Amino acid sequence: MIELFLIFIGAALVNNFILARFLGICPFIGVSRQIDTSLGLGIATTFVMTLSGILAWFMQEFILVPFNLPFMQYVFFILAISSIVQFVEMALRKMFPTLYEALGIFLPLITTNCAILGLALLIPLNEYGLIQSVFFGFGAGVGFTLAIVLMAGIRERLLFADVPKPLQGASITLITAGVMAMAFSGFLGLI
Amino acid sequence: MVRMWTDLLRGLWGEHPIFRLVLGMCPALAVTNTAINGMTMGLATTFVLVTSGTIISLLKHFIPQRVRIPSYIVIIATFVTAADYTLNAFWHDIHGVLGLFVPLIIVNCLILGRAEAFSSKNTVKRTIFDSLGYGIGFTWGLVLLGVIREVLGFGSIFGMQVMPDTFYNWTIMVLPSGAFLTLGVLLGLYNMLIQRAESKNKVLHTVKTASEGAFTDESVY
Repeated sequence: MIELFLIFIGAALVNNFILARFLGICPFIGVSRQIDTSLGLGIATTFVMTLSGILAWFMQEFILVPFNLPFMQYVFFILAISSIVQFVEMALRKMFPTLYEALGIFLPLITTNCAILGLALLIPLNEYGLIQSVFFGFGAGVGFTLAIVLMAGIRERLLFADVPKPLQGASITLITAGVMAMAFSGFLGLI
Repeated sequence: MVRMWTDLLRGLWGEHPIFRLVLGMCPALAVTNTAINGMTMGLATTFVLVTSGTIISLLKHFIPQRVRIPSYIVIIATFVTAADYTLNAFWHDIHGVLGLFVPLIIVNCLILGRAEAFSSKNTVKRTIFDSLGYGIGFTWGLVLLGVIREVLGFGSIFGMQVMPDTFYNWTIMVLPSGAFLTLGVLLGLYNMLIQRAESKNKVLHTVKTASEGAFTDESVY
């Protein structure tokens, strides 16, 4: 139990996917203007991350290892992620139309989010079991949501700041992210 | 021939993938703690850009419109696997350092973006020039970031000591926050250069149009 908790905290805070591992920077810069939308993206990503963590474990354990196909790993994982995103989109539209309307526009974006493929590749690398993979995927999603929502909060305030013209846009966002990463490196000694 | 040069030069400065389009941020931040890592990553990305762009351009009439994105991703993933195994075989140490970020070339928005916007619509020859331009542009961006971070973080360039012994290494440049800060400042500098060039052009343009206007006014009389 303690081990699972440590995996969760490790993925969410200590090795935060955005601020420590540099995975998922594109949505972190692109979709962090408002708290509402970034929260929506964060929840959708957490959902897909947990699912693809489970799927990655199953594929590694039942297809890639038994049939000795390690060189097909990347092709398999990226296809699995794109189909899972498609499937989640269809399932949501059928079963939870309100949730689909809230998350709809973000779902296709998630396929090319490197945090998802990174997560799928990290699971065989860390030799996690099924339960551990679930906690790892969920923790990574929570960490992603935390970072992107915090960033959106800061950027909403930044609108009122007098930023020099060349630094506006992605530049000031990256500098802010640098300061956030400094704060997050305070978690380093936690585990 | 002129068109190929513009294809090549576009990615090198005017539409620079990192500083102008802000694409491929993950490798730009993650593997640029030393110059050599950045260069290897850039060259691997260039290889994938050129080869996958060529194949996509060759197959542009055979890939159905509706399944084009999955097809592109499979083509890109194939070449990334090849690059990954080659790096692992010949440059094992660097492969170990780059680690996860070699397979993540697959989801680098730059490659899929060029496939969708250029390779799938143009001839093989133009695609090769275009991909080379963007690849080399990406590589010099990564090397610049790597050099800055390595000089300040380790006091060396490409592993050679350049700073005097009295120089105190800035540990923060090697840490994640150093990557964000360096890239943020570089983006700001690039924007400043571009904006300065644009405003100069605008001044020239207004002067020119004003004089032309005066000329036409005179000619009317």
